[in-house]
Amino acid sequence: MKVKNLYHNNPTATTFSGHILVYILMIVVLFLAQSVLDDYLLRVFNNILIFVILAVSYNLINGVTGQLSLEPNGFVAIGAYVTALMLLDSDSKLGMFQLSDPHPFVLSMYSELLPALLCSGLVAAFISILLAFPVFRVRGDYLAIVTLGFGFIIKILAINNPEWTNGAIGLNEIPNNNDTIMNSIQAFMYSIANSPNMPESIKAFMSYLYTHSFENGANITIFFWSGIIATASVILILQIVYSKFGRAMKAVRDDEDAAIAMGINTFKIKTFAFSTSAFLEGVGGGLMAVWLTTIDPKIFGFELTFQLLIIIVLGGLGSTTGAILGTILVIGGGEWLRFLDQPLVFFGTDFGSYPGLRMVFFSLILLCIMLFAREGIMGKKELWDLNPKKKFFKG
Amino acid sequence: MDFLTLIQQCINGISLGSTYALIAIGYTMVYGCLRLINFAHADIMMVGAFLSFFAINSLGLPFIASAIFAILLCILLGIIIDKIAYLPLRSAPRISMLITAIGISFFLENIFNVFFGSTPKFFNAPEFLSQNINIVGISLTHITIIIPAVTILLLIMLLQFLYNTKQGMAIRATAFDIHTIGLMGINVNTIIAIVFAIGSSLAGIGGIFYAVSYPTIDPLMGVLIGLKAFAAAVLGGIGSVGGAVLGGFILGFTEVMAVAIFPNLGGYKDAFAFLFLILVLLFRPVGIMGDWKLEKSRF
Repeated sequence: MKVKNLYHNNPTATTFSGHILVYILMIVVLFLAQSVLDDYLLRVFNNILIFVILAVSYNLINGVTGQLSLEPNGFVAIGAYVTALMLLDSDSKLGMFQLSDPHPFVLSMYSELLPALLCSGLVAAFISILLAFPVFRVRGDYLAIVTLGFGFIIKILAINNPEWTNGAIGLNEIPNNNDTIMNSIQAFMYSIANSPNMPESIKAFMSYLYTHSFENGANITIFFWSGIIATASVILILQIVYSKFGRAMKAVRDDEDAAIAMGINTFKIKTFAFSTSAFLEGVGGGLMAVWLTTIDPKIFGFELTFQLLIIIVLGGLGSTTGAILGTILVIGGGEWLRFLDQPLVFFGTDFGSYPGLRMVFFSLILLCIMLFAREGIMGKKELWDLNPKKKFFKG
Repeated sequence: MDFLTLIQQCINGISLGSTYALIAIGYTMVYGCLRLINFAHADIMMVGAFLSFFAINSLGLPFIASAIFAILLCILLGIIIDKIAYLPLRSAPRISMLITAIGISFFLENIFNVFFGSTPKFFNAPEFLSQNINIVGISLTHITIIIPAVTILLLIMLLQFLYNTKQGMAIRATAFDIHTIGLMGINVNTIIAIVFAIGSSLAGIGGIFYAVSYPTIDPLMGVLIGLKAFAAAVLGGIGSVGGAVLGGFILGFTEVMAVAIFPNLGGYKDAFAFLFLILVLLFRPVGIMGDWKLEKSRF
């Protein structure tokens, strides 16, 4: 019974047109959000979308395959640097690199947004496959410290190779409009809004969307791609989890020795999960670079890994919908708590301002949630596995 | 580089390694008993340094008294953390405890950030500790010799405690099999509280030593030292107290020597611990003094 619930209740076993419908729905939501939300909320929403990509892919190696890998920060950093270097043109690179002249290869890298994101993912995945050979020689908590070390080494490499990364100064003014697809969507919307043959209602709708999406200076490109890639990642991860590979991954998580005895090539399965998650983390890192428009090695420290780990454990390790829920809670909740860093006024009394208070409360709330929902909010279940009659919080 | 400088750097390396070793002992003992990477441990070290700073500057205590004050509060803090964040989760998945450990770590870092501010503070230790002495042409400060000496003394005391007392035996039994020991009539929670008390006191001492030898302290100082100390514990073979000390000495020594011999690798200083650890684990996946047999039952 339980097995049936866990493994055969596959929501992604729909037709191709079903997936297309999900994407169209996502695009509609994106454009609606663009016109309804204010600039700040839009930034939070965009942040959530990027962290959804990172969290669901990290969940694949950490939750589904059960390998405590602590180096997503390294892959995110690789993705961010590759994308940033490919989007910047050679003139701005020459102007930006202060510690050392850019490497000739760095100067020759140039492309549009989508190929850059793809390259970010591929480079991260390639490096993850190289890392898999030493890393998966050890198991359990040893794996945690080895991967933590690799994540840290990637950060140190970024600091110490100024001809590739501009060292501790980092890269800035990363262009965010370098995308033909988005530009043609923009041109298309503009042409419909101004075409004389269209019915008035469609013209009005299009010009409403156009003015709200492109004309108020908001960065629709990165928002659009974050949404599309987040949707694609969730669908891809769910497809993998419910496939033959996904079952093998869960077998590796639950009992590695038994999985070996059943004839599963655990190294292959672990490497597959590792490189898939590295690919998506690289893409997510690229989106992050474009979204922030400025990157430096400091933002890719352990803190990023720990934040992702908190997200997926809070949501329920091994549950993809849990990872999405965790992202919304941690990123959204973290933003909501921002009022604590401002000067505090309760009932007319000024308590002064305490910078850092936000994280104090954040960690206390995190502790409370972990103490009362020990397996995270969703456990290993997905949203559609939940039985509403059962207790929500276990423990 | 001449021979005398080399010897001097060796002693500096051993001194730094002793600080890592003191913190690594706490990691290894907690890991041995609970199979928990106690990320909050490094922050206890930071708390030790800050409480001692607070006692000297605000309470006006002399250095030794402030150190004792800080260590006692560290012990209390360690036990409270265990009771609040780890005790309720003994039967939960291990990852939940890891997250509460990260939560406690964030909490300590930020509460000290709120109270003391994030700017580095100068730790004014007694002048005696930073005075130079000359031994056959090698010029060293007092503290670089005191740290390894105290570390070895504490290690001997700890090993005596672990191998010659009933509580020590109970701790070793807990590390071997935490489920059976409860059936033998031993209060597991008391034993684990003792482990946390020992680990926290050593971390507090390590924090004060670190603050004396590198005299600026800030709320995030524990993060990197803690990770290196954990790397040291794994390098030595996690679960083994002697291994933790050995790993600490090796890492501190390599870090100082590598930078002394190849000055242009200075930027990679912080990565040596992990590079070294990864190399050792490739050839010996349980660390230098780790036990293959125990690993089988662990994972």
